[in-house]
Formats: sequence, structure tokens, C-alpha cells
Amino acid sequence: MNIQARHIRQGYAVISLLVIGFVVLPLIFIVWMSFFSNRILSMPPEGYTLDWYRRAWEMADFRNGFFLSLQTSLIATVVALVLGLPASLALARGAFPGRDTINTILMSPMIVPGIVGGSSLFIFFLEVEFLTGWRIAGSSIGLIVAHSLIALPWMIRLVTTSLIGMNPSVEEAARSLGAGSLTVFRRITLPVIKPGVIAGSLFAFVNSFIDLEKSLFLVGPDRTTLQIALINYLEWNFDSTIGAVATVQIALITVLLLITDRYAKLSRAF
Amino acid sequence: MSEVILQDVAKHYGDFVAVENMSLRIADGELVALLGPSGCGKTTTLRMIAGFVDATNGRISVGGRDVTGLPPSRRNMGIVFQNYALFPHMTVAENVAFGLEMRKVSKVDAVKRVDEALARVRLDQYGDRLPKQLSGGQQQRVALARALVIEPEVLLLDEPLSNLDAALRHQMKIEIRQLQQSLGLTTVFVTHDQDEAMSTADRMVLMYKGKVEQVGPPAEVFGRPRSAFAAGFLGIPNLLAGQVTAEGFVLESGMRLALSGQGGLAGRCFLALRPEEIALATDPLPPDSNALPGKVLIMTYHGSSVEYQIATEAGPVLSARVRAPGLGGQPVLPGGTSVWVHWPATAGVLVNEH
Repeated sequence: MNIQARHIRQGYAVISLLVIGFVVLPLIFIVWMSFFSNRILSMPPEGYTLDWYRRAWEMADFRNGFFLSLQTSLIATVVALVLGLPASLALARGAFPGRDTINTILMSPMIVPGIVGGSSLFIFFLEVEFLTGWRIAGSSIGLIVAHSLIALPWMIRLVTTSLIGMNPSVEEAARSLGAGSLTVFRRITLPVIKPGVIAGSLFAFVNSFIDLEKSLFLVGPDRTTLQIALINYLEWNFDSTIGAVATVQIALITVLLLITDRYAKLSRAF
Repeated sequence: MSEVILQDVAKHYGDFVAVENMSLRIADGELVALLGPSGCGKTTTLRMIAGFVDATNGRISVGGRDVTGLPPSRRNMGIVFQNYALFPHMTVAENVAFGLEMRKVSKVDAVKRVDEALARVRLDQYGDRLPKQLSGGQQQRVALARALVIEPEVLLLDEPLSNLDAALRHQMKIEIRQLQQSLGLTTVFVTHDQDEAMSTADRMVLMYKGKVEQVGPPAEVFGRPRSAFAAGFLGIPNLLAGQVTAEGFVLESGMRLALSGQGGLAGRCFLALRPEEIALATDPLPPDSNALPGKVLIMTYHGSSVEYQIATEAGPVLSARVRAPGLGGQPVLPGGTSVWVHWPATAGVLVNEH
């Protein structure tokens, strides 16, 4: 290797490390600070403690928020799966007028700022309540609808990508060997696009779980998601409890990613 | 009996005619190659036989049974694709067993038949592998075993050799032909490669722009192409436009060439000459010989032969293929050399434009 090539490689390595640091450093700081024993979050640490974790768990807002978020995101992921899988099949395989338009509409929750989407949903729910007397805003249904909208584009994007990447002859071979449409889907298509479906579910779940803006208008008294519980807490307090809650979230999502990657190579889904 | 009959089969996509009223009878046990450039309709025809594409018009029957409206799953055809199309998440044995499973063959029977099918393509040791662990040639042999194990009435091959390298392609070509003959399988082989078609097929169907251009045994089609397109596609690059008269073949330049036994065409047509039929002379030739003056443009080397491109005064550039100098041929003629391109009166075939 000549000297110039080595310099380029070293420069490349330095830039890569800087970028990784830029991404990872804030996370490391949050995890680190969650162990500070300082009463008010500040530098330098006066000592270390696990107290904030206990405190976070003992606070009903965080505990209930965590379970509400978990429940909402899981249901939203299932809704996205049930709606997104057939939609992706139609979008990836069908050739019908307006396909691109429908695709854009289904992707739009990803592009529209969450606060705009959330407030429009809120107004829509109020209109429905006004007309039918059915109270949606502040109920589980409203929250689940909003979170399904967050989850659906991720599901469709990732499942469609893996469907488009699939060799169509594989399904034709199965058909010619005697398999009907349902058998082809169950035995051939689904296993082949499995990485996309798993990755889609994961991203749908995570993005629903971490949502703040869309939920803001739709939670009710005693029904706050974890992210909203965090914001509420931050308004009056500035201690390491939020660091502890954030660390638990980071750990949870990391574990989810690792488990998913074991069963379906995520890199193959993009 | 599994004779395949196509009766006025057509496929239209809106205004575009992919296949135009095609009628073809494929005898039981016959291997027919559908040959033509891309977009000629050969693949669409195969896909209509397989049932992946609905025919706009016409009927398709197999062994006397009308299959036109049947889904692919009920046509009992084995199909091999260019890109292998193995099920990536199943082992080789599971791939081959899939069709038997769909036919509710008992486990014990299926295992036996899968083993036999894999042995037939010399892959009996590979049952537990995944497709991605095999080479391209091995994957295509698995695809072949998977198509054959169901004992199909018809075998459909869609460019099965196009993804393989040259040596493997030659070997697979022979293997496919052997299997097809030993099983007496009615087979449709789609290819754009005239060499593949000629070396495997009982009959070739040459297609162009959705229409059948010429049908016949390879030797016949190769020896007597009927149109300028057929001649060009089968590797006859030299086409001289002219008129058949009582005195012979009169070129547009007015030059008269002698004909002998080229068939019954009259009026305006083309004389198609193979590069191998053309000889080159540097000395003037006796009058009345079939000779056109020209200049050497370029020489390309092909091992046992060399090919010259000659710009003739009569108009077209002609290809002449002569024996290489090292093998007793004439010395190399440098570019710019004045030559006479000549051929015997019996050489070439007369073809129509279409």
C-alpha cells in the first residue's frame, strides 16, 4: 500500500469515528447521567446511584405510561400488519390506475409533521364526537388509530421493498407445481419476504412507541403514554429520572433490534 | 399422449400485439424451440402455454384436453426459468418435493421420487443444501429435477441456459436433450440463441414481431431461410438486393449474377450468402464469374478462420470467412487491398424481404 492510499484510509477512518461518535455520544451521556447522584442534573457527578431507576419505577405516571405505550404500540403494529400486508401486495404486484397516488397517500403520515397530523386527527375526532356523540379523543381507540397511522407507512415501505426485490418466477414456479394462490402466499411469498415483514413490524413498533407529537392531543387524564409522561415530568423537574427512563427505552429497543437481527437479517430488508 | 396444439392463439396488450394468431402442433415427445430476438413473442407464447398469461384469442390443448381456461396449478406442466426460481428458503430436496406435496403424494413415495429425480441430474448428494449454496449450473439442474419429478405432460424451458457460462451451457444443452429424449417428454424450449435451438430441437419455430416467421427442422430452416429476417437471424449477414430474371439475378447496379438451384422465387428479392460461401481473389477473374470488386475494410481472427469485411462497389459490405493463413489459407490481406469477392453459381439462397 502506498503512503497516499494509507493517508486516505486513515482520514476515512477518522471521519467514520467522528460520525459514529456524533450519533452515539448523546446516548452514552444519557446512560451515564442516569447514574449520577446529583439532586439536580448537573456536571460533574457527585457520586453514583441506582436510585433514579427505583424512583422512575415507583412513579405511577411512568409505570402506567410505559404499559400504555407498550400496549398501544403492539396493537398499532398488529393493525399495520393486517392492513399493510395486503396493501403492500397490491402496491407491489398490481398494475392499476392511481397506484402511485395511493402509495403516496399511504406514505404521507411519514412526511406530514406529527404535530399537524395529531391536531388534524384531534379535530376530526371532535367532529365525529359532535355528530355521533361517540367520544374518541382521549380514548384508547383514538390513540390506537393515531399510532396505527404512524406504524402503517413503515410496514408498507419495508414489505413493499422486499416484495419488489422478490423474483416473481419463484411464485410462478410454485403455481405451475400445483399450488393455489393461498398456498403460494403461505408457503412461498411469506417466507421469502419474512425479513421485510419482521423489519417492518419492528420499525412500526419502535416509531409508534417513541411518538410524542401525534399522541399529544389524543391522550386523556390518567391515560398518558410514556413519552408524554416524560414531557410532563420535565416541565417541573430536572433530575436523572428521565435519564433512567430513557436508558430503559434505549435498552429495550436495542434488545428488540438484536433479537430481530438474529431471526431476520435486517440489512436484507432495505 | 401429450400433443400440444395451439389454435389461433393471440395475445394483445391494448393496441400492442405480442403474439398474432399463432397455430402450432407439437407432437408427443417432440422438442420444439421457439426462437427469435427479444420482443418477438416467444416468451409470451410459452407463458400462455404455462397459464401465466391469458390468451386474448384462440385455444390451447394438451393431449386432447382444452387447457385454455385452466390456472397454471392445474395444467400439469413442468417449467424451468432462466433465473432458476428455486424457493430460497427450502433445501434442494424440499424444492424438488414441493410439487409432490401439492399432489398429496405420500411421504415415503415422495422421498423415493425426490431421490430419483436428484440422481437423474447427478445431485443426489446435495439434498440438504440450500439453493444459495449451489453454483448456477447446479441450481438449474435442481430446477430441472423439480420440474421433472411431477411427471409433467409438457416440459417448458424459458431461456434455461442464458445465465450459465459458455462451457456449462454446452454441457447443460446436451443434458437437457438427453433427459428429454429418454423420458419422451413433449418440450417447448424458448431461446434467443440459434445455436441452442438448432442443437436441441426437433423443430424450430422462428418468430419475429409476434408472428411465426418459419417452422421446420433445424437443418431445413438453417439451410433454407425463407425471409431476409430469418437469414439474418440465423447468421447470414450478406444480403444482396436484386431481381430474379431469365438471365439470372440482376443487382440494383445492373450487374448480373448467375443462379443455379436457389429455388423458385421470382421478382424482387434478396440473395443471402453465408460468409463461408464467399471466396476472395486478388487477381482478376474470368468474365461471367460471380464476382464483385471491392476493398478490404477489416479482418477479424477466429482461430481456424479469418473473417474479412469487404466494401463492395455494388453497395453492401460483405463478410467473407476464409481459412486462416496458418491452416493453408491465403496470406492475410491488409486493409485497403483491392479484391474480388466471388462465389459459385450454386451458392446462397433467395429470400423474400418478409
